[in-house]
Amino acid sequence: MHVSSKKSPLTWAVHISVVVLVALWLFPTVGLFVSSFRTADQIANTGWWKALFTQERQAPAIRIAGNETEIDGQFVITGTLFDNDKVEISKWGTSSRAPEAYEPGETVDVGDDASLTVAADGAFRLAAPESFGDSRLPRVFTTATAPPEFTLQNYRFVLFDPGNREGMAKAFFNTLTVTIPATIIPIVIAAFAAYALAWMRFPGRSLLIAAVVGLLVVPLQLALIPLLRLHNEIGIGKGYLGVWLAHTGFGLPLAIYLLRNYMVGLPRDIIENARVDGATDFQIFVKIILPLSFPALASFAIFQFLWTWNDLLVALVFLIDSTGETTVMTKQIVELLGTRGGNWEILATSAFVSIAVPLVVFFAMQKYLVRGLLAGSVK
Amino acid sequence: MHPALQGLITIIVGVGGCVGYFYFSNQFLDRVLFPATGKNAGRNINRANQIRPWLFLFPALFALGLYLAYPVFATLWLSLTDRDAGGAFVGLANYRQMFDEPKFWEAMYNNMLWLIVVPAFSTGFGLLAAQLTDRISWGNVAKSLIFMPMAISFVGAAVIWKLVYDTRPVNQDQIGVLNAVWLTFDGGLFSVLVLKLIPALVLIVFAAFLAYSVFQMARSLIRGGHSHSATPWWGLVMRGLLALIAVWLIWLSLGSIVSLAGAALPYGEPQTWLTIPFWNSFFLMAVLVWIQTGFAMVILSAALRGIPEESIEAAVIDGANPFQIFFRIKVPQIMGTIVVVWTTITIVVLKVFDIVFAMTNGQWETQVLANYMYDKLFRANDWGVGSASAMIIMLLVTPILAWNVYNARKETR
Repeated sequence: MHVSSKKSPLTWAVHISVVVLVALWLFPTVGLFVSSFRTADQIANTGWWKALFTQERQAPAIRIAGNETEIDGQFVITGTLFDNDKVEISKWGTSSRAPEAYEPGETVDVGDDASLTVAADGAFRLAAPESFGDSRLPRVFTTATAPPEFTLQNYRFVLFDPGNREGMAKAFFNTLTVTIPATIIPIVIAAFAAYALAWMRFPGRSLLIAAVVGLLVVPLQLALIPLLRLHNEIGIGKGYLGVWLAHTGFGLPLAIYLLRNYMVGLPRDIIENARVDGATDFQIFVKIILPLSFPALASFAIFQFLWTWNDLLVALVFLIDSTGETTVMTKQIVELLGTRGGNWEILATSAFVSIAVPLVVFFAMQKYLVRGLLAGSVK
Repeated sequence: MHPALQGLITIIVGVGGCVGYFYFSNQFLDRVLFPATGKNAGRNINRANQIRPWLFLFPALFALGLYLAYPVFATLWLSLTDRDAGGAFVGLANYRQMFDEPKFWEAMYNNMLWLIVVPAFSTGFGLLAAQLTDRISWGNVAKSLIFMPMAISFVGAAVIWKLVYDTRPVNQDQIGVLNAVWLTFDGGLFSVLVLKLIPALVLIVFAAFLAYSVFQMARSLIRGGHSHSATPWWGLVMRGLLALIAVWLIWLSLGSIVSLAGAALPYGEPQTWLTIPFWNSFFLMAVLVWIQTGFAMVILSAALRGIPEESIEAAVIDGANPFQIFFRIKVPQIMGTIVVVWTTITIVVLKVFDIVFAMTNGQWETQVLANYMYDKLFRANDWGVGSASAMIIMLLVTPILAWNVYNARKETR
């Protein structure tokens, strides 16, 4: 093929451009992911991109602790500064003003006739002629190269710590409680309506289709106050029922539109034949249309799932009352952004907990999502 | 009752209720109301078939009417009344009050910027990604990675990008990528090249492109004016509006070039990106562009694949280079899809709330309409002005709504 051979000088440029694009698009998310496995201290001190490599950095002060033993008339405390045996100290010190004063292996006077030696691997030896008793032992500042180190502690704290009032466990289940009914109910309602709009003849049909298309773009912002008032008047108030109904209403135009477009494309012969054989509309719908429409149903289900899972505004207005018992994950994260703006380990982990489920759904069912997108917007 | 149990019961009641409604109303129609037996059997069947569609449609129509159509009118009414005066009609007083607020105009101005920048960059990057990934073997993997942000919530994205924009004091290691990159610039030749010359060049190309489009449009208008006017009046209005926007953009970009050339950039100082007025809006827009590019890419890539091979082969035989093939052959053929993608993203932008709410909450001059509205409705408790700003959003959406309905009508006819 002469065409492809002509392209070859450009091929490298294309490959490199795509790598750059993908890297750019992936970089922010990876940053959050990596950060969620680092300790607060690591996040605060170095950029996450350095976490993947062995690096030299100043560790926070470690106070020496241990049991003293008496050896040759000297009172000695020995031990090691780090649990990790791959750490290598390059400089150390005993005050925050001069944290890099000494070389490893050096023996220094730390006052009260006590002397301290810190080896490169973190082993220390503190010795003095008199017992240390209850006096405060010196602190050690180290500059050390440490291999990458990750922890699951953040996830344990955010998800399973019962003492953590800002934990995500409850919000996770609340979000799930909102999402599942809010995904299933509109599908059922929309499927019947879509069948009527696609395969039944009645006056005003095309007008209704146009109305659905129009409602597709109506901003849901308009619905907030009138519907909240309505919910209060009929006694639903703020709660799950209200948010389910609201999500159902807001999701319907897309559902009807997607499903109708798909059902219209089903082969006419099958439906006509069934009619001739005496099947009622209800039977045709349940036995023929629904099974054949599975791809469209799946696409809409994914849309609605992602949309309700990721939603903040509808939950804020229709669900979350002043007690905060029904808080959802998005709201919880916004709260954390306000109160724990600097605690990246908690923020990153909480955000990743809320992102994880949609990501799994996304990668597992991408095919249907793409199909739905194509059906929903290309006219 | 435990919410999960309540949810389960709702699913069963809701779904069961829906299915039951459809089943039993059908049975009722066929057995009781118009039974297909007796001497009126034929007429009854016809009658039942006339009513059945409405049975199927009723729940959907009810929900659509109550949750989308009714609120439009209710909000319109709220925007014309005063809540404190017991809902008395006050005419346009709420709108007048809103137009007097500088915060509203700030939100309008920012929204206009969002409306131009986000669809333009998302569609542009999407087109680029679609074209590039279609040509390589691992394109599908690349596509799904670029598409991935679509699944991430706006709030999650806000956290992700806040980490990117994070700032630390001068003498500490920067943990935000943007500041880490920023600190590598030291004011030398390289910095001038990357931060001044290249942006200026991009802006010049952008302005020149706009000027050229305006020129083309004006020329076709003048030429078309003499012979016959094939375009209806609203087409002319739309074009005039587009031309005005383009002129404004040219003015903006020329102004930016001048200010950029004269600006003394604070090299070596970590920046708190989200508090720099005017530019911080762009840092927020980047988040939405990041999310929407995948959407644009998926749709445009399908459109690109739909282009008939022959037209491209013909161009190759005629000696067109890859760039000419892309801009002269492919892009014109998928123009319709580009417009659809553009308008879809425009609608998303008009409703954008979560990103601003979570990242700056409208501080430091980043207010947008949707967040302004939320502020008015639920913080200031001013339903009148809040509804008025919601109506402004509705007004901005209306042209797209009309266009969609017009197309749908044309299609079903």
